[in-house]
Amino acid sequence: MDKKYTMHVDVDAFIPATEEEKEYMVQMRPSSTFFKDGVKRLLKNRVATVSFFIIVLITLASVIIPMFWPYSYDSMLGVRPGRPVDASYNNLAPFAYGRTELKKIDAGERVFPHIFGTDSSGRDYFIRVVYGTRISLAVGFFASIIVLIIGMTVGSISGYCGGKVDLIIMRIVDIIYSLPDMLLVILLASVLKMTLGPALEGTALEKIGSNIISLFIVFGVLYWVSMSRLIRGQILSLREQEYVLAARAAGARGGWVIRKHLLPNCISVVIISTALQIPNAIFTESYLSFLGLGVNAPMPSLGSLASDALNGLSSYPYRMVIPAVVISLIVLSLNLFGDGLRDAFDPKLRN
Amino acid sequence: MSPKTLKYILKRIGLAVLTVWVVITVTFFVMHAVPGGPFMSEKAVSPAAQAALEAKYGLDKPLMVQYITYLRDVVTKFDFGPSLKQRGRMVIDVIRDGMKTSVKLGVVAAAVAGAIGIVLGAVAALRRNKLIDKIIMVITTAFVSMPSFIMGSLLLALFAIRWAILPANGATPQGLILPIVTLALYPMAYITRLTRSSMLDVLGQDYIRTAKAKGVSGVKIIFGHALKNSLIPVITYFGPMLAYIVTGSLVVEQIFAVPGIGRAFVSSITNRDYPMVMGTTIVLAVLIVVMNLVSDILYKVVDPRINLD
Repeated sequence: MDKKYTMHVDVDAFIPATEEEKEYMVQMRPSSTFFKDGVKRLLKNRVATVSFFIIVLITLASVIIPMFWPYSYDSMLGVRPGRPVDASYNNLAPFAYGRTELKKIDAGERVFPHIFGTDSSGRDYFIRVVYGTRISLAVGFFASIIVLIIGMTVGSISGYCGGKVDLIIMRIVDIIYSLPDMLLVILLASVLKMTLGPALEGTALEKIGSNIISLFIVFGVLYWVSMSRLIRGQILSLREQEYVLAARAAGARGGWVIRKHLLPNCISVVIISTALQIPNAIFTESYLSFLGLGVNAPMPSLGSLASDALNGLSSYPYRMVIPAVVISLIVLSLNLFGDGLRDAFDPKLRN
Repeated sequence: MSPKTLKYILKRIGLAVLTVWVVITVTFFVMHAVPGGPFMSEKAVSPAAQAALEAKYGLDKPLMVQYITYLRDVVTKFDFGPSLKQRGRMVIDVIRDGMKTSVKLGVVAAAVAGAIGIVLGAVAALRRNKLIDKIIMVITTAFVSMPSFIMGSLLLALFAIRWAILPANGATPQGLILPIVTLALYPMAYITRLTRSSMLDVLGQDYIRTAKAKGVSGVKIIFGHALKNSLIPVITYFGPMLAYIVTGSLVVEQIFAVPGIGRAFVSSITNRDYPMVMGTTIVLAVLIVVMNLVSDILYKVVDPRINLD
């Protein structure tokens, strides 16, 4: 019996490797991580890279420009304390100046130009567009984060627990998913606008404005469902993957499997859908602002700027065109960048 | 129809009914959570008159009783109560009047979007990577990333003000042209992209190669095999498209002053006309839910291979 066994084992396999054989084990180039691979793929995608730079540029501009700009978004230039309102500042054309500013120029002083002119209340329009961009981007970003947190929590609970918990959560998700979201957004936003205003008075949140808070609440209530569905599906299907089985068979513990296999595969999907959620939120915010349910005046957002411009459309069409172009540019580049992210980090999702 | 399909349809109908109930309930309780109540208007009303008004509209009863009464009236009689701001008119009459214009607007927009979108999508797929394909894709990408209110305002600025070829006021039949175009552009662009990708998918299938090998003419392949099969995913878009048109019409009717249900809805929000807000939300929600239901079922019936669960 013993002899038969020894015949099955190839003794050569146990001889120490020669130097020549060890050569094969030397890494010719450093191993690439999942993240590095993705970034490399992303950089190859020219459309996504350009979109990314546009987003970064717009974001930086909207953060930095208000710091040094001599005008602020809510100061009416024609209004000076103790003097009658100087109407010459209202509705200035691009690069035009108000009466007192013209006097200063005649006196040899330099006056900072109003690049896009001023609006009907004499506020510098350029800084309003910049500030509105900042508000719109911030709303889009934070709304997506809220959606991400709620969706991820509920989705992972549903996926991990399974059974009855999963069933109940998924039925609720089904119902919320089939609700006509926009109608309820309008309904909730209009009601919250009335109820939140007095409730927030005096608190730190008042500065943000009841309308933005209600927008966040609306997003938190209605838009988490697709994110939670996605994450639940991911966790359910990843748990059954062969490589998880292989890792388990090789002796990996639960924590290792989750850290090394489930999370990295999940996170790309999460980041991608969050990135694609941002333009959605910006869209919704501008839509609500247009209906008068967005940010509180005098704070501008791109939607409310466009909405205000509708009144003077025949005389000042550029006031509509500028926010329209900015909003379309942001949404378009975020969408293209999100698509690029998806192609780079999750080739499985590509259609 | 197989029993499985039937079961699926019944399940979908059940979910739709549940959704409508949730919409009615949420709308009711959300609107009643507003402080002040509907009669806290600008005019000061004496407490006695206020009590009489509340008694007349049943607002003095407990909330649950009001809810059940409301639910019963809505389900059995489509009765949403009287409008608070338009004296002497019932909400359902206002909705019906607005619907006449809005349905016209929506149906024409959907038809235009569907017809042009399918043609453009098919052209783009058949001329893949040629100049015409690239032009179509760039234009549709631009349309897809432009909110409807911006599109509407730009069209208004160009066609009604700058060139003055079309009327800006949507109350006349001619004035409906611009709102229809505004509403149709986004779904049209979406349908174009959808048709293009599904057509490309179909053109790569084995049965197309078989048909080609058998010597079937190009026209017959395109219309008999490719187009027919590539339209299946487009069917699923009809539900979401209606939802888009309904919400889009809220701003488009505002921009072009179209006397439709969307404008009535927006003005009822600003006027705080609660029964009107509730009624319009419910009617529009039912419309969207039903359309989604129809397009889902149609999808399933057209192609039994599809497993939607």
